[in-house]
Amino acid sequence: MTDETGPTLAPALEMRGITKRYPGVIANDGISLQVRPGEIHALLGENGAGKTTLMNVLYGLATPDEGEILLDGQPVAISGPADAIARGINMVHQHFMLVPVLSVAENILLGDETMANRIFLDRREARRRIVELGRRFGFEIDPDAKVGSLSVGWQQRVEILKALYRKARILVLDEPTAVLTPQETEEIFGVLRRLAGEGHSIVFISHKLYEVLEIADRITVIRRGRVVGERLPSATDEDDLAELMVGREVQLTVDRGVSHPAGPVLQIRGLEARDDRGQAAVRGVDLEVRAGEIFGIAGVAGNGQDELVEAIVGLRRPSAGTVSLAGQDVTGRSPRKMNEAGVAYVPADRHRFGLILSFPLADNLVLTSYYRKPYARGIVRDPKAILRDATTTIERYDIRTPAATVRASTLSGGNQQKAVVAREFDRDLELLVLDQPTRGLDVGSIEFIHRQVIAKRDAGTAVLLVSAELDEVLEMSDRIGVMFGGRIVAVLDGRTADKNEVGLLMATGGAERVAALAATSA
Amino acid sequence: MDLTPFINGLYGIPVFGVLLQVIGYLVAVIPPNAPNIMQQATPLALAALCGVLCERSGVVNIGIEGTMLAAAFTAWVVGVAIQPMFGTPNPSDIFGITIPLIISLAAGVGVAMAISALHAWLSISLRADQIISGTIINIAAVGLTGYLNQLISQNSPAGAGEFARFVPPTALTNLPGIGWILAMLLNQGPISISVIVLVIGTQLWLFRSRWGLRTRAVGEHPRAAETVGIDVIRVRYRNVILGGAFAGLAGAFLSIEATNSFQDDMTAGRGFIALAAMIMGRWTPIGSFGAALLFATFLQLGQVINISPPSGELGTIMASVPPQLFDALPYILTIVILAGVVGRSIPPAADGQPYEREAAT
Repeated sequence: MTDETGPTLAPALEMRGITKRYPGVIANDGISLQVRPGEIHALLGENGAGKTTLMNVLYGLATPDEGEILLDGQPVAISGPADAIARGINMVHQHFMLVPVLSVAENILLGDETMANRIFLDRREARRRIVELGRRFGFEIDPDAKVGSLSVGWQQRVEILKALYRKARILVLDEPTAVLTPQETEEIFGVLRRLAGEGHSIVFISHKLYEVLEIADRITVIRRGRVVGERLPSATDEDDLAELMVGREVQLTVDRGVSHPAGPVLQIRGLEARDDRGQAAVRGVDLEVRAGEIFGIAGVAGNGQDELVEAIVGLRRPSAGTVSLAGQDVTGRSPRKMNEAGVAYVPADRHRFGLILSFPLADNLVLTSYYRKPYARGIVRDPKAILRDATTTIERYDIRTPAATVRASTLSGGNQQKAVVAREFDRDLELLVLDQPTRGLDVGSIEFIHRQVIAKRDAGTAVLLVSAELDEVLEMSDRIGVMFGGRIVAVLDGRTADKNEVGLLMATGGAERVAALAATSA
Repeated sequence: MDLTPFINGLYGIPVFGVLLQVIGYLVAVIPPNAPNIMQQATPLALAALCGVLCERSGVVNIGIEGTMLAAAFTAWVVGVAIQPMFGTPNPSDIFGITIPLIISLAAGVGVAMAISALHAWLSISLRADQIISGTIINIAAVGLTGYLNQLISQNSPAGAGEFARFVPPTALTNLPGIGWILAMLLNQGPISISVIVLVIGTQLWLFRSRWGLRTRAVGEHPRAAETVGIDVIRVRYRNVILGGAFAGLAGAFLSIEATNSFQDDMTAGRGFIALAAMIMGRWTPIGSFGAALLFATFLQLGQVINISPPSGELGTIMASVPPQLFDALPYILTIVILAGVVGRSIPPAADGQPYEREAAT
């Protein structure tokens, strides 16, 4: 532990009184942070709390209005990413900053190339050093593999190697586990502990409380641009951290109550669908969702979940199989027909598919019903009716906006998603299809959306929930289907399913066929 | 074993026989015409290299056509202007190089780089629509060169002449099997002869050098490049302007190497065919060169067919087709290729997308 090194040792990184103002907001308000050599320091906060701004300041992407940065006790001015890297600060971004078509070696070299001469790269030496570096941290990596062909877990490792190749002393990881399976998370934690053991300092940004408790040596919590507390993992717990982070008591686990499943609503038989490149993405899915139950689909992103959902709601034409709704074959119906049949859909990407960002909020709230009464008379829209209903909807779903007429793009992520939820949930439904409904949202918004989903379930709606967040699937679902390679390889009981078991199924899929057969025949 | 009866039998099958005659005609016609094919390929290959440099860094440049045209005009007109100052030309033995020719070439390349810098400024710094920017360049180049050419050519002035072709020793060009390839590559003027060097150089540069690696990263995922400290804007400027030099060489080739004159719209769509060659070559220099050679072969065949038409049934069939069709062949090929017959060719992911730096304040 770092305490043994004595109190005289200067922190590897110290940020003192960092203040950063943007027009109308104070993103960082006098934030101070100390990271010791060999320490894993967690930075905990909701979206919009100022974590990203603080790290942009550290990385030279934003200049602070006040405050200073000290490395090993020396004040420094960081002029940009190149300067930060030269000083040993490296960042692993939440959305990987890797070029998919380049090889592992090329990605690692990029920006800090090992040269054979002034013009050409020394690719042999680079490969050797990369393999060696990988071995030192316990994994074999192929430097010539294309990054785009690697799993996210391995891409994460490439990101870390990239930092180590640059001799990083301070490594900042922004939500590093967001897309990993539990096993992958454990492996990455192993790598991080080794790094800390070798004296690297690690800043671990997250909003997953249990992870922070598991990995961190110290935890700094920020809220609305300010440090609201510093904790040692041994002296705190999830509830304490959540309260610090949100500023009020939060219900962390969903109180899902008892569900009362009735007859089947959605029935899928032998469904197959291709992805945008024409490759088979869904390869024969059989699925049944009953009224009043939540069926969760767990899986590593890219295993056919998006295509499955799109095939169900009518956005993608299945290449084989049938979809039926309440006993009626609806395969290949248009999205509007599906909508009118009582199917609601919350898409994974609210910016591209859920909302029209440049339209006013009120218009976004009627995207699925603008052509009907009372919002239209014949071919003429009725803006008054649209605005009137928007105002009441905004109130009921607690969408924080200055007015119903502002553009959807001006809303925060949480409020944008609330708008999608309000539009989709606000009527009687047969089937509710949710694709990553809480991705990127803060704890408060997640809590709100989960409650709405439970309410729909209790009203007798069949709910299909797809999420890359395994915890969400586990907490919400009555039954869980694990999707791997375009198939549902196992169906488990949502209340008894073991997290590690599901994680293993997500990662290995086919190897667990025995378990899959056992679960589906049960 | 005697295959003659078998082959005669094959000739007897109508479609197959004609196909064999086509192959026979190509084998007979291509080697002697190879140096001319290379002449046709030179501007295409150089312009395609310009496209590769731009698009690999994420900037679409459809203004290559206009850039070439402006360079061709400048090279010629500068020759006209400075020729009198140097008196009687005294061409060197190699390539017939004279000082006015060198200056003309430099002027053509310089103008092309300046136009590319304009395109870079519009599309990288101002983040204007890159197609519009390129179209402006194309329209302006046709209009300006046409107008100025009309003013100047009234008293039909003499230019600075043209580069001469290198004549390789017949011992090389008579080598069986590869002699015609050597003739194709070596029986050329200085710009044309440099193409193969530039193609291989660019290929190595793109895939083995630091700048090449950064170029590819910037064209695929500029944000990732920026996070490792690469100046995306600068890399793009460099590539677009350097690409302009290639377009300039292509243009100068037309007016001071292939000919010694300028005609209105003398690029005749080569800048666009080059873009097709770039796509067919999957954004690689060597692939683009191969595609340029294919297009050039069709361009040359369009002429050869009219001069020495094939005999036999093939000749009968071809005689019944309007000769203009053969002139149109390379353009038809362009359409066919762009329609995706060669299979899906994936452009750099950030191709054509302006880059905005992260909010650095």
